[in-house]
Amino acid sequence: MTLTPSRELSQLQWLESESIHIIREVAAEFERPVILFSGGKDSVVMLHLAVKAFWPARVPFAVLHVDTGHNFPEVLRFRDETVERLGLRLEIASVQDYIDDGRLRERADGTRNPLQTQPLLDAIAHHRFDAVFGGGRRDEEKARAKERVFSLRDDFGQWDPRNQRPELWNLYNGRHTPGQHVRVFPLSNWTELDIWQYIGAEKVELPPLYYAHEREVVERDGMLLAVGPHSPAREGETVTTRRVRYRTVGDMSCTGAVDSPASTVEDVIAEVAATRVTERGATRADDRISEAAMEDRKKEGYF
Amino acid sequence: MSTLLRLATAGSVDDGKSTLVGRLLYDSKSVLADQFDAVERVSRDRGLASADLALLTDGLRSEREQGITIDVAYRYFATANRTFILADCPGHVQYTRNTVTGASTADVVVLLVDVRKGLQEQTRRHLAVASLLRVPHVVVVVNKIDLVDYDHDTYTRVSDEVIAAARDLGMPEALTLPVSALEGDNVVTRSARTPWYDGPSLLELLEGLPAKGDPDHEPLRFPVQLVIRPQSAADERYRDYRGYAGQVASGVVRVGDAVAVLPGGRSSTVVGIDQAGQELDEAFAPQSVTLRLADDIDISRGDLIAAAADPPEPVHDVDGTVAWLADHALRPGMKVLLKHGTRTVQALVRTISGRLDLDATELRPADALELNDIGHVTLRLASPIPAEPYVRARSTGAFLLVDAHDGTTLAAGMVGDALLATATV
Repeated sequence: MTLTPSRELSQLQWLESESIHIIREVAAEFERPVILFSGGKDSVVMLHLAVKAFWPARVPFAVLHVDTGHNFPEVLRFRDETVERLGLRLEIASVQDYIDDGRLRERADGTRNPLQTQPLLDAIAHHRFDAVFGGGRRDEEKARAKERVFSLRDDFGQWDPRNQRPELWNLYNGRHTPGQHVRVFPLSNWTELDIWQYIGAEKVELPPLYYAHEREVVERDGMLLAVGPHSPAREGETVTTRRVRYRTVGDMSCTGAVDSPASTVEDVIAEVAATRVTERGATRADDRISEAAMEDRKKEGYF
Repeated sequence: MSTLLRLATAGSVDDGKSTLVGRLLYDSKSVLADQFDAVERVSRDRGLASADLALLTDGLRSEREQGITIDVAYRYFATANRTFILADCPGHVQYTRNTVTGASTADVVVLLVDVRKGLQEQTRRHLAVASLLRVPHVVVVVNKIDLVDYDHDTYTRVSDEVIAAARDLGMPEALTLPVSALEGDNVVTRSARTPWYDGPSLLELLEGLPAKGDPDHEPLRFPVQLVIRPQSAADERYRDYRGYAGQVASGVVRVGDAVAVLPGGRSSTVVGIDQAGQELDEAFAPQSVTLRLADDIDISRGDLIAAAADPPEPVHDVDGTVAWLADHALRPGMKVLLKHGTRTVQALVRTISGRLDLDATELRPADALELNDIGHVTLRLASPIPAEPYVRARSTGAFLLVDAHDGTTLAAGMVGDALLATATV
């Protein structure tokens, strides 16, 4: 074997450094960037990296949350506290408003995830955001595996996977014409395990439902769904209290919990390292609709 | 400590690349139950006796429908002490575009050759691209060894042929190994069916490769991304803070180092290296940090902070090798944007001095460069850039050509004559 260089970064240091470089490129080259922030672990890590990228200055971006109206209250609380602590401006695109005034209709299955696309695109157009940071990771899903770090969206917010710009070295090309915008994914190369190891190493705070807690749930299609005002138990379903945690955090009506005793970061890292099912497979009803559910949503302008 | 290695795959259609990638993911236990269930289900629907691991790498709907791979996909797997990022590059159409993209960030190119077919034109082209882009390592997987009954002589013949071709292209250290991706021989574990091969399995080999150059032996290069001046910082201590944020592109920077700021040429001394509130004594490539300098000089995005003892020369004229990635041709007289480090300048294409014939590995006269052509051009820049030959500095010798009107990425560029270096080494 050849000699090992005397200086080498760990995989977490390497990933952090790459993400910070990406975030700074956007700050330098775009006029109105925004960070999508849901209070989910990936967006929390992304915001943490943005804070590090600009220290000791403030994060020079606004924060946008697309609120389905079915969010976990503790996650919304966490979102508001975080934005307040960092002195950021929070914009909310509300799916509920769209349903209330008839611009969107509730789906038969009650899932609101696909309904987020229109409020998201409208908010981008209204605020004239030209770069939109998303916490998506390529290891999450097969359509995401093909996504660029800088991903161009046309005037309709659409993604054209067959016609993407080649992305060479670390020279990102963010040029776009008026009306187009660029989705930027600083966590592209992170895996679920990297995210958790980083949360542990950096002591990043998360909404409490990522750790084991008692919750009333029903079992539906092999998933554990929380029982609450937006997601009542259906006829014939039995409500039980179980010790669970969430691997992903999204719309209450379609994000499942997993049975878990993991109450600390270390427990969760051990659990994720040993898991046999992907986080979307375990916890997202909407991605089970078809082989190409995510691809179809992404083409229309979804996160 | 787990370290990271970036791989890019290359190979012709039907060399078994998808099967190899699927096998690497599956045997390194990076495939989870629900992903494997889906592959088994589809395999059964197609009437296959066992799960087709190649399906693990299927991405988009049209790829599944057409049974081809359209674009580079990124895969992730890990062993106890190494994390791998794999750029899975499709082998057929637009091979240059995809292979150049994958190879630009790769530490290792994993090139597949079908042992029954031996060295193909495509193999030579992929080797040429790996050499041109100065990928530190090339590993040639001689695949489908099961189909020649694990025959040592057949393997040796192909292996010798590929090693000779790699040497001709300036890569004396290409490694080869016998593999059956389908059967799993020598992919993750060493196979008993190739007793004549005493080297490591592919995964063992990848675990042991050094990632990249040693920062200690490279000159400091630090492209400034932005200036951090927190005038409204809540903390009074930082009211007068002025730092230069960037990622160390090569070398090591230490507090006390004398530096030159290019292209202006002013000089100063590093007085602080900050990493989000932590003061460091030194930083090395590819760390993202913020530098503070002793002198209050005019520095902005696009400037390059370099070792004062060894600064690159700012130039108005650039000779470069470009891989042309756009549908319309490159012709002399075209005006484009050139992005180098964190600086973007206008550029005029003055001449095309030749197009690379990858099969003969020589430069032939050309009036234009078409999609997937690699050629040599001279560019006149509106303002100077501190360019240095790509063969000397992979991270600071690279540039992009961009369409000024619609923003399309037109070409991957390398400062200097990367072609000559490739063909004549």
